[in-house]
Amino acid sequence: MTTQILIAGFGGQGILFAGKFLANKGLVEGKQLSWLPSYGPEMRGGTANCSVVLSDEPIGSPIVTKPDVLIVMNLPSLDKYEDAVVPGGKIFVDSTLIERKVRRRDVDAYYIPATQLAQQNGIPTLANMILLGKVMRESDFTPYEGIEEAVRTVVSAKHADLFDVNLKALELGHSFE
Amino acid sequence: MVVFEKPKSLTNAEFHYCPGCTHGIIHRLVAEAIDTLGIEGITIGVAPVGCAVMAYNYFACDMVEAAHGRAPAMATGIKRSLPDNIVFTYQGDGDLASIGMAETVHAATRNENITVIFVNNAIYGMTGGQMAPTSLPGQVTQTSPYGRDVTVAGYPVKVAELLSSLDGPEFIARVAVNNVKNVRTAKATIQKAFENQINKQGFSLVEVISSCPTNWGMTPENALRWVDEKMIPYYPLGVFKDKSAAKEEC
Amino acid sequence: MSDKVLMKGNEAIAEAAIRAGCRHYFGYPITPQTEVAAYMAKRMPKIGGVFLQAESEIAAINMVYGVAGTGRRVMTSSSSPGVSLKQEGISYIAGSDLPCLIVNVQRGGPGLGGIQPSQSDYFQATKGGGHGDYHLIVLAPSSVQEMADMTSKAFDLADKYRMPAMLLADGTIGQMMEPVKLAEPVEHPFVEKEWAVTGTKMQREHHIVNSLYLVPEQLEKKNFERYERYKKVEENEVIYESFMMDDAEYCVVAFGIAARVSKNAVVAARKEGIKVGLIRPVTLWPFPKKVLSETAEKVKGFLSVELSMGQMIEDVKLATSCRRPVGLCRRSGGMIPSPDEVLEAIKNMQRGEE
Repeated sequence: MTTQILIAGFGGQGILFAGKFLANKGLVEGKQLSWLPSYGPEMRGGTANCSVVLSDEPIGSPIVTKPDVLIVMNLPSLDKYEDAVVPGGKIFVDSTLIERKVRRRDVDAYYIPATQLAQQNGIPTLANMILLGKVMRESDFTPYEGIEEAVRTVVSAKHADLFDVNLKALELGHSFE
Repeated sequence: MVVFEKPKSLTNAEFHYCPGCTHGIIHRLVAEAIDTLGIEGITIGVAPVGCAVMAYNYFACDMVEAAHGRAPAMATGIKRSLPDNIVFTYQGDGDLASIGMAETVHAATRNENITVIFVNNAIYGMTGGQMAPTSLPGQVTQTSPYGRDVTVAGYPVKVAELLSSLDGPEFIARVAVNNVKNVRTAKATIQKAFENQINKQGFSLVEVISSCPTNWGMTPENALRWVDEKMIPYYPLGVFKDKSAAKEEC
Repeated sequence: MSDKVLMKGNEAIAEAAIRAGCRHYFGYPITPQTEVAAYMAKRMPKIGGVFLQAESEIAAINMVYGVAGTGRRVMTSSSSPGVSLKQEGISYIAGSDLPCLIVNVQRGGPGLGGIQPSQSDYFQATKGGGHGDYHLIVLAPSSVQEMADMTSKAFDLADKYRMPAMLLADGTIGQMMEPVKLAEPVEHPFVEKEWAVTGTKMQREHHIVNSLYLVPEQLEKKNFERYERYKKVEENEVIYESFMMDDAEYCVVAFGIAARVSKNAVVAARKEGIKVGLIRPVTLWPFPKKVLSETAEKVKGFLSVELSMGQMIEDVKLATSCRRPVGLCRRSGGMIPSPDEVLEAIKNMQRGEE
């Protein structure tokens, strides 16, 4: 199985970090994977996106052009990538930041007020991880088990204090109905 | 009894320099310093592009040939690779003060522990007498046939003054080799520039005012006189920066 | 998979270089390769190595020239505009028969161009770049693993043939992360090279590192000698990957990131019943001429897929002596073709043939 994931939003929302978490989760599972950021000046406040491919086979292109899973944290990203999602794919929307609904009828859409949840729970910078919690609940490309190891790697020794809050964010998203 | 002999750190190759050119003297002074300090076996020289391009044939130590102006960068690489060896560059005015100015300034400001011998004869010699960054105002050359017009070509670069304004370099001096007295001073100064490196004191540059009778269109004797009358007044001799000496005075 | 780590391509280059015994790095900041310099800046001081941010690309390559003359492993890295600046120094290093590694994480050009991935420095890398008769060994990694492996390989080949090697990557491979298994660090106790400048110790004739030969007969002789060595490289060091070529009627030729995209397209085309495969040159110089020439006897056509206006296609045509049509699927300026675009080009090639 190969899962193509595209995460998109504004720079500063932790788009690349979210992708890194998924990549590290894939590594923990022993999967083939690639993580590709958008790079350049747009990283400072402009739009940012991140391609993650997880697979059981060697990965061809690391550039996700037809996502199975699209995670969007701003309206321009939903506008830009909605049509690219494969039929039967999944779109995860931060509904605090994006008011409109997904127009496609041939995909599954999930609306999570991630930014609002993050603020209410005192973890205002972790809407990205709340979204990922929900993504993992609704998808089967990687099990929820083993998140600790992936979080530990991705927060790095320097920011070890962020371990717990990241887990908390994932759990919030994972249990969100 | 031998009263005069070729320094050991010069090879037996015959110099290709023009009659009356003072490169020969400067080569000799560098070689004498290397002999005196007993460092030939650990010295690596960097030849420039310019009249001294074939200096690698004349010095008996290991030699490399740099691209035009890049000698300080190449010397930086060698010195960083072999910090216990002695590394010197031998560069002309076009090489050091025009095309290689960036490399010169940055090696100086890093206080790169190398010795730079900078031969300033106010002209491009090898290519046949074009205007150099150090050609004097009004000086007639092939590319300033009506004399260097400072409103068009700007002013000469005073390398010693320029570099001594930096915090980095250890030692900056200007000497000349147009008479016996000046040659003696030049010899001692060049030797000091090598000693500084041995003592790990850092970037030491000696600007040597040299003559180019061929391209200046003068007899060797007149060329030496021109150094006195025109060059030295514009490029005063002396030590412009000596960080260690300044420290001792404090 | 605990023996694998997640790394960016650029970081993998740096770590692999250190493990290959490189202790000298000189560079100048430029996107999208700056992680190489940043990594070196962090690591080199801790292992007794040298990291120096040079005042320019020109200075950096000449510092490389200096270290290379002393016989030690040395590298620089940059991206397209910066690599243009290095060409003078590269020509001197090649002319002085010295080994070193130059990394080009390509971005779109010409001029200042852009910062997005490109392969448009193919000509520059494989046809000279600087002045004079010379070649570089050019390796084109297409994964983070290969960024590491090819770095090490490049040092070995450069040493073996006393010539500069280039890693020709692109912004995608440089910026992406993949799991990578790093080679064990090799201990490179410094072996004095018989040609290096290290000081005569008054025990031998002086060594001269030089590319100046004013007597044309001498220079010609030098160049002929060098090309004898190049011939050996061409005979012995060609690397390519063959993908689904066994029964292929059509052959896609692509390297680096273009090959990754092309693989997706080849797999998709196979699902539609098109017998197509991929030959991926890993060494761009020496170019895999022989396999392409042999393939020309078996297939109906070739498709060169490039992130340029069409550069490698010339070598594909030369290698196959134009015996089969060679199509081109190209994007330029930092754009990357999608697998669908390549698939469409494969179909066009098939239609043109039938």
